[in-house]
Amino acid sequence: MTTALHISKLKKIYDDGFEALKGIDLHVQQGDFFALLGPNGAGKSTTIGIICSLVNKTAGQVEIFSYDVDTHFSEAKQQIGIVPQEFNFNNFEKVKDILTTQAGYYGMPASLAEERAEKYLKKLGIWDKRDIQSRNLSGGMKRRLMIARALVHEPRLLILDEPTAGVDIELRRSMWQFLQEINLAGTTIILTTHYLEEAENLCRNIAIIDQGLIVENTSMKNLLLTLQKETFVLDTRNSVQNDLSIDGYDVKRIDEHTLEASLEKSQNVNALFMQLSEQGIEIASMRNKTNRLEELFVALVNKQVEE
Amino acid sequence: MRAHEQFIAFRTILTREIRRFMRIWIQTLVPPAITIVLYFIIFGNLIGSRIGTMDGFDYMQFVVPGLIMMAVITNAYSNVVSSFYGAKFQRSIEEILVSPVPNYVILWGFVLGGVARGLAVGLIVTVLSLFFARLHIEHVGVTIAIVILTAILFSLAGLINAIYADSFDDISIIPTFVLTPLIYLGGVFYSIDLLPDFWAGVSKLNPVLYMVNAFRYGVLGISDINILWAFTMITGFIVAASWYSLYLLNTGKRLRS
Repeated sequence: MTTALHISKLKKIYDDGFEALKGIDLHVQQGDFFALLGPNGAGKSTTIGIICSLVNKTAGQVEIFSYDVDTHFSEAKQQIGIVPQEFNFNNFEKVKDILTTQAGYYGMPASLAEERAEKYLKKLGIWDKRDIQSRNLSGGMKRRLMIARALVHEPRLLILDEPTAGVDIELRRSMWQFLQEINLAGTTIILTTHYLEEAENLCRNIAIIDQGLIVENTSMKNLLLTLQKETFVLDTRNSVQNDLSIDGYDVKRIDEHTLEASLEKSQNVNALFMQLSEQGIEIASMRNKTNRLEELFVALVNKQVEE
Repeated sequence: MRAHEQFIAFRTILTREIRRFMRIWIQTLVPPAITIVLYFIIFGNLIGSRIGTMDGFDYMQFVVPGLIMMAVITNAYSNVVSSFYGAKFQRSIEEILVSPVPNYVILWGFVLGGVARGLAVGLIVTVLSLFFARLHIEHVGVTIAIVILTAILFSLAGLINAIYADSFDDISIIPTFVLTPLIYLGGVFYSIDLLPDFWAGVSKLNPVLYMVNAFRYGVLGISDINILWAFTMITGFIVAASWYSLYLLNTGKRLRS
């Protein structure tokens, strides 16, 4: 299978001496929906900045669809679309002009640029705003504009740096759906986000970066399998006594109608339910206390801090 | 990027630059017109009528080429410096930096945007000057060539200033403390023959003097300096400024982290 992104021994030391990347390796296959996660200041944005040449690397190699960003600068850049974390378009330009201008930077003739601008502004639901200045758009519309702009030259690799930050849930869901559609159509996607539920739902593979190092790089499925313990919140129909005790399980009474149960990977939910049922406790609903990926993420990052 | 794609990218940058200064015409095209009309009234009509002739021409006829050149220089410079720094400030410059546009295309796209504004303002000022003085162009080729080369040179200077600028203060320091004195002391309002030998010699270190005089030679047929030397010097400055601008873009200084 073709490699969409190949990063080898990538290092970045800023002018003030801060070592943002300590020689990372990363591979993303064509067609993947890949999550690049990490706490603030871990090196995600520096990595993305180097991939799209907004940051000069100190050492290492970056290839996009086998094009080295140093030796095949133009070909490499043709393959990428970038949606940055912060708004970076001209506030005084009209929405459609932003897209057609961006298309022009990729050498696209005017007629095709107009066609693509219409296509993606319609897909992102902001076609009716095409003739207004971008500064008059709402926050969510600005995010959608940045996605449309990144897609106007139809890149094979789309990089989204926290695309749903500050976006309401309805819009976030419609963006997820849109991203899944373009991924199914063949676009490789790399996503950074602080909404781990988003990464868990969308991404097939994952890398976690912390303090300039990749601390985990595997499939989402494999990563979730490594989860040793899960905590569930159980809502009960009837009242729970203060002195509740379940053999072999760590179950805490939170309030009259809520329990919190921590289960080891080897433990079985059915057996817990049977014991609760024997004690006359009827479960109305059940949910994870925290997102599963979030638990792993915190564990991995904390481990790194301790080391 | 293939040649025709590079041309599309170049045309896109140039079109966007022209669209920008046309969109804000009230800030970009009207003020130089008003300023120049005031110069014509004050220095040409009110004071100029008492000065008499200079180098055999009415004072008004003498200052018109210098005033046109002054408008071209300041507008070419300020167009590039404000547009490029504005793009840096809003981070919209990243739109170009992430694209496959080669740096020399970025350079000439912005520079010719500055030239377009310089020439547009130059044309407006020339038309306005016809209300105040009779204008007969002696050497059309020299006039056009020198105005274009000067606009290119000061657009390049504006680009270098914008790349280095970290704040809006930084883009006003050079025009205020360097450009304006060079223009005012560059023979716009007087012939250096009027100066004592020492100051005439010092004036010859001012590159603007050569541009103003070469332009005046094109329009009136008179000059304080050698025209060939003026062209050689301006071309030399353009080559040096282009090389340095390209070096800054290639290394990403002040643009890429």
